[in-house]
Parts: sequence; structure tokens; C-alpha cells
Amino acid sequence: METHNSRRFNEHEAIHELRHFLPAQAPLKDFIHHNTLHAFQNLKWDKALIRAEKMFGYKVSLSLDEYRNLYKAKRIKQENLERVIAERKGKENLPLWLNKTLTRDYDISTSPRIGELRHFWKSQYHINLDSVTHPKIFRILCSYLDQGISIWKFPVHEKGFLTSLREIEKNSAASIFRSKRVKKLFQENRCEISSLLDILVGDEKLYKQYIFDQQFAHQGWSGMVCSIEDQPQSLLDPKKISLQELIILESLLEIDTLDSKLGENWSPLSHKLLGTPLDLFAPVETTELSEVLSIFQNAYEWTYYDNVLSGLKAVTPEPKKLATSFQAMFCIDDRECSLRRYIELNDHDCETFGTPGFFTVEFFFKPEHGKFYSKLCPAPVTPKHLIKEIDTKSVRKKDVHFTNQTHSLLRGWLISQTLGFWSALRLFLNIFRPTMSPATAHSFNHMDQFALLTIENKDPKDIENGLQIGFNVDEMVTRVEALLKSIGLVKDFAPIIYVIGHGSSSVNNPHYAGYDCGACSGRPGSVNARVICYMANKKEVREKLKQNGITIPESTQFLGGLHDTSRDEIAFFDENSLSPANQDSHKRNKLTFSKSLDSNAKERSRRLVSIDTHLSAEKIHEKVKTRSVSIFEPRPELNHATNTLCIVGSRELTKGLFLDRRAFMNSYDYRIDPEGKILTGIMKPLGPVCGGINLEYFFSRVDNHKLGAGTKLPHNVMGLFGVANGIDGDLRPGLPLQMVEVHDPIRLLIIVEHFPNVVLSTIKSFDPMYEWFINEWINLIAVDPETKQFFLFREGSFVPYEPISQIVETVKDMTPIIEKTLDNIPVYLVK
Amino acid sequence: MQSIIQYFVLLPFIGFVISLLIPRKNEKLLSNIIVYLVGLHFISFIGFVGYWLYIGHPLIDFKNLVLFQSSGYEFFIDFYFDKVTVVYMTVGSFLTFLVTIYCSYYLHREEGYKRFFNTIMFFYTGYNITVFAGNLETLFVGWEILGISSFLLIAFYRDRYLPVKNAFKVFSIYRLGDVGLILAMWACHHLFHENITFFQLKHDLLVNEHLESHTLIGIFVAIMILITAAAKSAQLPFSSWLPRAMEGPTPSSAIFYGSLSVHLGAFLLLRTYVLWEHQTSVRVLIGLLGLTTSIVATGIARVQSSIKSQIAYSSISQIGLIFIELACGFEILSLIHFAGNAFLRTYQLLVSPSTVSYLIREQFYNFVPRPKSIEDSFSKKIKYTFYMLSLKEFNLDTLMYQLWRPLKVMGKSLNFINKKNVLYYFIPAYVIGIALLINEDHIPKQIHDYLPTLFSFIGFAMVLKSYTERKNVHLAWVLIIMNHFWIALAISFNEHYMYTQSLLYLSGIVVMGTVGHFTIKKLKAIETHVDLNQFNGHAYEHPKFAFVFLLSCLGLTGFPITPTFIGEDIIFTHIHEDQVALAFFTTSSLIIDGIAAIRIYARVFMGPHIKTYHESAFKSS
Repeated sequence: METHNSRRFNEHEAIHELRHFLPAQAPLKDFIHHNTLHAFQNLKWDKALIRAEKMFGYKVSLSLDEYRNLYKAKRIKQENLERVIAERKGKENLPLWLNKTLTRDYDISTSPRIGELRHFWKSQYHINLDSVTHPKIFRILCSYLDQGISIWKFPVHEKGFLTSLREIEKNSAASIFRSKRVKKLFQENRCEISSLLDILVGDEKLYKQYIFDQQFAHQGWSGMVCSIEDQPQSLLDPKKISLQELIILESLLEIDTLDSKLGENWSPLSHKLLGTPLDLFAPVETTELSEVLSIFQNAYEWTYYDNVLSGLKAVTPEPKKLATSFQAMFCIDDRECSLRRYIELNDHDCETFGTPGFFTVEFFFKPEHGKFYSKLCPAPVTPKHLIKEIDTKSVRKKDVHFTNQTHSLLRGWLISQTLGFWSALRLFLNIFRPTMSPATAHSFNHMDQFALLTIENKDPKDIENGLQIGFNVDEMVTRVEALLKSIGLVKDFAPIIYVIGHGSSSVNNPHYAGYDCGACSGRPGSVNARVICYMANKKEVREKLKQNGITIPESTQFLGGLHDTSRDEIAFFDENSLSPANQDSHKRNKLTFSKSLDSNAKERSRRLVSIDTHLSAEKIHEKVKTRSVSIFEPRPELNHATNTLCIVGSRELTKGLFLDRRAFMNSYDYRIDPEGKILTGIMKPLGPVCGGINLEYFFSRVDNHKLGAGTKLPHNVMGLFGVANGIDGDLRPGLPLQMVEVHDPIRLLIIVEHFPNVVLSTIKSFDPMYEWFINEWINLIAVDPETKQFFLFREGSFVPYEPISQIVETVKDMTPIIEKTLDNIPVYLVK
Repeated sequence: MQSIIQYFVLLPFIGFVISLLIPRKNEKLLSNIIVYLVGLHFISFIGFVGYWLYIGHPLIDFKNLVLFQSSGYEFFIDFYFDKVTVVYMTVGSFLTFLVTIYCSYYLHREEGYKRFFNTIMFFYTGYNITVFAGNLETLFVGWEILGISSFLLIAFYRDRYLPVKNAFKVFSIYRLGDVGLILAMWACHHLFHENITFFQLKHDLLVNEHLESHTLIGIFVAIMILITAAAKSAQLPFSSWLPRAMEGPTPSSAIFYGSLSVHLGAFLLLRTYVLWEHQTSVRVLIGLLGLTTSIVATGIARVQSSIKSQIAYSSISQIGLIFIELACGFEILSLIHFAGNAFLRTYQLLVSPSTVSYLIREQFYNFVPRPKSIEDSFSKKIKYTFYMLSLKEFNLDTLMYQLWRPLKVMGKSLNFINKKNVLYYFIPAYVIGIALLINEDHIPKQIHDYLPTLFSFIGFAMVLKSYTERKNVHLAWVLIIMNHFWIALAISFNEHYMYTQSLLYLSGIVVMGTVGHFTIKKLKAIETHVDLNQFNGHAYEHPKFAFVFLLSCLGLTGFPITPTFIGEDIIFTHIHEDQVALAFFTTSSLIIDGIAAIRIYARVFMGPHIKTYHESAFKSS
């Protein structure tokens, strides 16, 4: 043991660090957006990008040519470019750096450090280790972790990965290894990582770099193993596995391959190195090219930001009208931005709000007959409540094409000769008349619209698996109050207040969970909407709210709903609970919603080439619906693509502004929160949620091959938890090309309507939150509510900011512009 | 009426040519033309079948075009129409029609949209020629097109490592299968002394007499056909290529590897039914092969944890059953089984991305932690062993890899063949060879008899070296050309009257060899790094060079775009029945030169680009 202590290779530490750098994407069903380069978030943006590029070979920005083309197309404005250069390099160096950015040639090829060490296997031993070991490892991992594709499951699995494998090896005449010594090492369990690396590498200074090289040769699988190790509950059929086990197995297989090619006597890698490979972790120098790229990126971003800020300035605040017809809450999601605009346009007497789509009610949900709970709140929260669905009316339909029988020999023989012809018909219909089928992931199926929910806790002893069933009145009051206060809706209640969650429907889409509500852990927000409405409608709750200073008139009723963002449909829940008077106005409001949904579909269609945007809104809406159930359509909707903004403030700040579906919008009234306590609650999740979405789109867009999932067309579903290309490829975390191709890689700009000093103390109150801003992964501007002056957060403090003003046109109707524009549309004022 | 058949073959070809001419940017026009053409093909074919049934479904044989004629030899394109054609064409036409519509949406904005439709139409042309073929020669034309278009479809994502690697793997196996067909054609020549049509086979009483009097050759022909069929239909021991072919966009995998391409092995057996129906031993062999394959493939399918490989192995096991049905003589049943299996697997693959949401939902409501499976009734040892073997695909993939190993070892031992030696020794040697040929009459008979074999062996060594060359692209290319020259020389010693035929054979080689030579030369002038040690990916910057070079590779491998294709066939007729060694070296050369040429193409133009100034995928992805 003494020798162990004196060793410089610390296995625990090395693995800990490795885990930090690996992609952190959960299994598909729990798809949650996150910053792809989270491992570098402790560094300033510019530094982080250079480091990520040098270490792992990621492309972290657009290419020089792309920037220059944007400049030519005036999407990067000269004024902005000059301003950025002047700020960074001084006015006197402007001509020099303009020359550098616009004309100078640079060598833009990259040579990452990762993989350099292990490359010596190929160059010195003439062995392509990966081509032998990868297919084996992927196959074993996938079979072990498989959630339900294979018919004959991995025979042992209770005891953890390697123990199970050992058990099989021990009792099997066939083995995954060929070398006797490896078999022996494995059977006798003498396979600590360091001793295996002694055989493979031989110089412990290189061990850490070696396992980085090894695991980053298939970062998708390694990342998945880490993610499952951390959160076994993210698999319905949980599996015990660790990254350490993966490294052991892989090292064993590497020795096995080398043994079978070279005999058991070969010298370790360190003996045959030509020179020392570059230290993976050594500091990285800034280059002139990286500075040029950074200048361009900033100029690109500020060209856009300044356009938005000019727009905000152009909005002339009108005195707030009382909402007499209805109020409606939507998710903060950027996809609701345009729908809200249309609703307000179609009914001038209504008011809309934005708030995270779990509506401050956090719980697990158990559908009737379901064997599991699904979490319906932001991913980091662990709820203590359970809502159960009872008395369902609908029946789930099945599709025999996905069943195991088709893969068995004799039943397959019968099935292929009978069902086969049915498949031909189904294929025919699916192409000429696409309809909803059991294969479709339909947001409305998340909860049976007519079933009952156990929202109210009748007895504190009502506990299932440690979770309290339902909420008691006090718990309800806290949540309703928090919700209303956070969006600033504490008086002037309209007769009906809609609470609309959102979800999405698609078919042939393994990434379906990424299309649903992020605030509900990648699921539709229907249950949450219903639950909060039930709470807010409850008499006892209202009484207590009144004591707390929020008086909701008796005639006011909350009504839940779900907006399907790919189909542009809204389902309303518990409509029968409305009073007769409200029933009538609800009927009218439904017309408003339906008209707005048509228009929304039309606005979305400008990006969808297969639909003619000049058609009437109703016709387009039908086509949009068909599209969501078409198996041949890889883009049911474009999801969060083009998101760039997050606005925290009152609707008056942006009312009438055409933001092209690019803004997350969180309603907030600074007047009821002078100290910024509510603001802290609002801003805490903005980094991980909106920032996470924005940066995942950013990086998947700039390097779709390495940081994104590549084109989805060849994807193959692996074990129901991931996708890969072909059958023996690495897992592909990140977003597929079809989700990000129209996205402009621009960092999120958060605009908060409050006094700069309050915003500053808010973001400083919580370190992880502050990191997003101080390290510049998100840009932040505070709008002084009184003077309307902009303050930019830079280097730890707010400084007054004056945008390079751009002309914001005022139009009566956006339709002609929508019909003729395919690209991003600048900010317009619609009046 | 007979002449209508040729239009069905012509239509996809016209589509292919048009698809080449439409500009890349014009997605809509391209897909519309293709969809309408394929739709027209489907509808008119159904109409024709209706008419054909109405007139009492006669067998139709249509001699289309005589490409070459000399005394005692005729090379002609022939079409044939019977119920097998009807079933294969209906299924093929229906699926291609639907899948082209599917793809016109699915591939929108994909880099290589045009290339995809080009390749699909090329494939479909090959499919039509194969299914309508009236003799083995015509069938072979289609077969070759299918092989090369499969390679291109699998390597559709040509800038990634795995698709190119797997495409090359599959191509190598296909090529191996092609040999079976070449040798079968060769043996048939000697059996029937003409290019016999399927129609004649079925009706000519002579056929049976011939077969009965030459049982050995008959068995040889049947076994060669079986090898070809097994390779194409992914039967044992070739099975592992099928799942690895699933690298292209899902719909192309669905239609080609889920259905059309993989069932063509069964088609070949159906077509050549007469040749083996009376040979019980062969029928037993086919049945056993089907049985073993279906059992092994079912086992492998049961443990697959990725959706596409699961469907692939299930399909293989059903094709195994089709082989059994064929061996038992249940022709109709096998046709129904083919159609059903093709539809089922195509649809399953097309909706395979939906598996995640569907199965997770199912699991959410019906989860059983450890479902019992049949295997739980086995003893532990048998159970685990069988599991492990299935997981390792019964080592089939390693076996395929091992298959090429001896060639690689041999090739590597030929390191003395380098640029210099070729210039100083092999070219002079060839000149001597020609001198010997001119003075053939003066050579003692004992020596004369060995010369063809010797020369073909030298040719074989050339191509082996080319196949394993890692550095010099030019050398590898020239060696393939020289191989053909040595073969021509070797055969020239065999019979006297064939200088013009040698010329026919070598004409394509010379032209395409030169084109290829200059393409490489030009590329080398632009690019500093061009070698065979790794994938170079130069198609990224030089797609036009890639295209031209691909054409020259095809020319060099006797693809039906130059007279070499006919020349190759004629050459074979001059190898005598008893010249086993000569036949062996010549066939081996032809297989390996195809592989070597495509290897050069793949290594120089495909795979991850060696320049790193743009985004590129990880090797493992």
C-alpha cells in the first residue's frame, strides 16, 4: 500500500475531473437543455472558448468566413464592429484591427491536444485500438443499459456492471476477451485502474491524460455512463454502473487487443513515445485569430442587441388599461412570445403574462395505471408531493410494429406474411394521409383531459413512497401567492384567468422530450396548469389570500389549458366548472384563441419551406397539424431555435414589439418588489434554464458535429436512452442539425426592469447565479424603470449603456413581412 | 408487347440521367421529377401487369440488344418477364415510389440532397435491370450497379469515418459474391456453349440433358450461385454486413437494406431455379444454410439493443426461412414471404425513431422488471454462452475481417514491388511476355502450358500489392492497370484468334486508367497530402475530381460503362474447364482489383478530411 500512497496518479481525483468535462446529457426521455461547455463555466467566456477548443478540438464560434459574410450582409454592422474594436484595442488601433478582422488571412486549422497520447498506438505500434475495442464496448454497454429494445435482456444485472459481466464470463464458454492473462485478471478481479495503466502506459505521469484520451474517444457513451451513475432514476429500469467500471473494462479490452496482436510481451506506451505529448491541461495562449473571432462575435451580438434596445426605446408606454375580458398566463418559453402578441392583438381588453411553465407547483405525477412517477417541475427541484390521476376515460392504443413478436423466428414468419401487407397499407396512408397514431408523441396524452386529479391532501397521513398525496390549504396558498406576486398580478383581476402550459407533438422524433416544457422536466405542463387553477379557485385558499392582501373577486375563475406548440392547438381543462357568465365569455375568448393560433401557425410557417406562407392562416394551420404527425417530417417545429433574449419586466416594456419569437418573457412588477426578493427567485433559474437552452443551441449550431448530434437522418435508437449513427457509433449528445440549423449563435441577453443596484445585489446574492453574468456566459442589462435608461453589467458593475441606435419601423400589420421573409426579422413596432 | 418491357428499365435510367443534370440548389424540381417518374413507373407497371394477367400471363423473353458478336460467341442484353419479375418489381416499384416521396421531405436541406437522389435512381436502375434480366450477363450488369450504388448509399455521409469504413466492408463482401456469379457464368458457357437465357433454361429440354451429363459442373454452378445469393442476402457466414449497412439516412436503409437489396439473393435463387432444382445435394445445402442462418440470426436479433440492428437480424432470419422455402420448392410461398417481409421491415425501419416515445410509454404503464424469456429454461452455462455468442454476433464480423487477412499478409510481403521495380523489371518483363507471345510457336509445349498461369499469377501479385499499398497512390493505381494487362497476356496464350478481343478488353482499362492517372496527378499538384495510409477526405474540396475518379475506378473494375465489361466476359470464355489455377488467379484478380480500386477512391476522397479548418465529426461518431 505504501507504493500506492507515493504515486502521483490519484484515481479518484482524475475520474472526478474527467466526469466534469464529459457531456452531461441525461437519457432521451429526460432530455433537459444545459450549457454544453458547463465544465468551462468557471472561466470567462473568451478564455473558456479558447481552452475548450485547444483541449478538445471543438469549434466554438462561427468561422471567420461566416463572420465576414455576416459583415457583408450587414448583419454585423460596421458601427458595432468599430465600437467593439475601440473598446478592446483603443481607438488608435481601429484601422489596424479593422484590417485584421476584415481582410487578413489566418491559418484556421486546429489540432486538439486530446487524443495525442493515444495516437502513438497507431503511429508506433500500428494498431488501431479503437476499431477493435469500441464496437465491443458500445455493444456491451448498450445491452447492459438497454431499457426495452432487446428481447433477451442482459442475463445478470443486479450486482453492478462489472460484477454482472464477471458472473456471465465465469459461466460461459465464450468470452469477450481472447488473452489468457486478461481473462485471469478479470476473473480474479485484479483490475484496479492504476495497475492496468501500469501495463498499458507505464509512466504514471501520463495516466490521467491517458484516461482522458481513452474516454474522450467516445465521449457520448462515457457521458451517458456518468449521467446514469449520478441519476439512476433517469432510467425506468435502473442500472448500476460507474465510469470507473467503464475505464476498467476498456483498459482490459485494450490490453486484450494488444496481447492478441503482439503476444503478452509488449512494452508500455510510454516507452515508445516520440517526445512528450503536450500536456492536456497546460495553459492556453490567446492568439490573434481568437481575438479576431471574439471581436466579431461581440460585434455580431451587439448589432442584434442594439436593434432590440432601439426597439425598447421606441415603445411609448401607454397607461395600463384594465383587463376586462380575460388574463392569461403562459410559459416563459420563447415559443409563446408570438402567440401572446396575437392574443393581445385580437382582443385589446385582455392581458397576458409569462412565468415558468410549472406555475410554481412542484410535484410528482402518477398517471392512472402508470408504474412510475414523472417529475413535473424544474430538474434541480425534488418535490415532496404526489398528484395522482384517477378515473381516466381514454384507452391507450397499441401498434404491433413495435412489438417483439415481429422479431421471433416462427411468429415472425407468420407476421411477415400477414402483417407485412398491412404495413404496406400503413406506409401508403402515412405518406398520403398522415394522421395521429400510437407512434405519435402527443402532448394531450400526457394527462387524460377528463380524468380527476388528487390535488387536495385530505389527510396528512396520505403518503405514498414518502410523498404526500396532494397539497393542504396552506401549501396551496403559499404557491398561489408566490405565483401571483412573481408576475405582479395582485389586483385588477379579470373574470377569467387562463393558465396555459405547453407541450409538443411529434412523430419519429427521439428528441421529443426536448420539445416539451423545460420547467416541467421536459414534459407537457398540462397537469401543473390544472393543479394551480384548482388551488387558486379554492374558497379556503382565496380567504387566506385575502388575509395576505390579495383579494380575488368571487366572480373571477382560473381555467387551465395546454398549448401544443407544434400543432398550435389549445385544450382547456375543467371548462364545466365555469360560472354561466364566464361560460359565455369563455366561448368568446375561445374564438380569440383560435384566431390567434391560426395566425401563430402562419407566422411559424415562414420558416417551413414545405408550407406556402401566402395561404390563409386557417389553411396553413391545417398543414401545420398534418406536419406534426407526418413520419417523413424531421422538423415538426423549430423549437427554441433563434432564441436570444430574456425579458424580465412588465408587458408594457415590450407591448407591440415584434420580437420574432426570440424572447423568453417573464412578467414581473418591480413596484411590488422594491428589494428584489421576488426577483432573486425569478432570476435564479434563468441561467440554467434559459441560459442552458441558449448555449446548447449556440454550441450545437457552431459545431454540430462535435458538440451537436449531427444530422438526425441516420440516427439509430440505442437502448431507448440515446441515439447514435449506424449500429456501432458513439452516442450523440447535443441537438441534431434539424433543430439548430436556423439558429443564430448569439448569447442570451437578459433585460431586467428594475434599478441597477437592486439587480446587482440580486445577482450577487447567489454565487452560481453570479457566475453566469460575471463570466459573461449571459449578457445582462438593467432598465431603470423611471428614467428608462439602460445599464449594462460589465466586470462586476452596471454602467450606463447607449445603444447604437437603429431605425425601428412602425407597421400596422406584420403579415406582408412575415410572408416574404425567410430569415430573422428585425424588431418592428406593430401599432 | 414484349418491347414494352425495355421501357420499364429505361425509365429509371432516364430519371438517373436527369437527376444528374439538375442543379444542386433546385431541391424541389429534382424531387418532383424523380417522384413523378417513379410514380409513372409504378402505375404503368401495375397497368402492364393487369394486361399481362388478362392475356393469360405468358412468359415473355425479349432479346434487346446484341452488344458483341463473333463466331461462337454472342453477348446480348435480354429481358424476361414472369411471376417472379412481377412480384419483385411490384414490391420494388411500390416501395421506391413511397420512399422517394418520403425522402423528398425528409432530406430537405441535407448536404448531398442531389447526390442522394442520384444514387437512389442509380440503384433503382440496377434493380430494374436485375429483376427484368433475361440472362446471367444482363443480370450481372444490374448486379454490379447494385453493388456500387450500395457502396455509395452506405457511404452517403462520406465525411465521417464509420460510414466509409462500413461501406467498404460491405462492398468487399458484395464483390466476393460477384465472383460466384462470374464463375457461374463461366461454367455455364462451358456447359451450354452459349449465353443461355432464363427462358431457354426453362423450356429447352437440352438443358436437363446437359446438366445430367455434367453433374459436377452443374453442382459447381449451383454452389457459385448460392455463394452469390448468400452474400447478397446476408446469409451465413456473411450476415454481419447487413446491420453495418445502416449508415445512410433512415429511409435509404429502410428500402435497400430492409427490403429490396437484401432480398435479391433469394431472387437469384428463384431465377436460377432450373439450374439446381434437380440437384438434391444443393437443395439440401440451401435448406441447411437457411435453417442455420435463421436460427443464429434470431439469436443475435434477440439480444440486439439498437433498433436498426434488431430489425436487420430479424430480416436476415426471415430470409433464412425464405431460403428453406425455396429449397423445398415452395416458390409461391417464398414470393409472398418476400413481399411481406420487405414491406414489414421497410415500415419498421421508417418508424424506428418513434420507438423511443412508444416503448417508453408502453414501459411506463406495463413495466415488468425481469421478464422471463425462453432462454431462462436453459442451463446457466448454455444460457450465458449463447448470450455471449449472440452478443458477439457469433464472431461473424471478425470472421469477415479474417477472410481478408491472408491477402493482406501476402500483399505486405510484396514490398519489393515499388515504383522503381515496376519501371525496371515488370514493364520489361511484360515486353518479354509479348515477345514470347509473338514467337509463341517456338516455345516448347511444356513451358507454353505454364505461361498463362504464370502470367496470371504475376497479375495477381500486382493487384495484391495494390490492395495493401499504404503510401503511393499512383503505384497502387498503375498496379491495377498492369494486372489487367497481365491477365490479357495470360489468356492470349490460351487461344490464338483473340487479339481484337484483348483490345476490346483493354480499351476501357487504358482510357479509364489514363483518366484516373491524370486525376490523381492533378490532385497531387494541388494537395500536399495524398496517401493511402488513412482516409484523406479530399471530396470535401474536390467533389468533381472525386466524381471523375469514381468513374475511372468503375471503368477499371469492368463496370458496364466501357467495352471492358464485355471484354471481361469474353476473356473468361477462353479459360478452359480444366485450367483451374488460371481461372482462380484471374477471378481473384478481378475481385481484388475492384476492391483495390474502390479502396483507393475511399481513402483518397472519402472519410474525415485531413484538413482541419472546418467542423468535422469525431472518428467514433
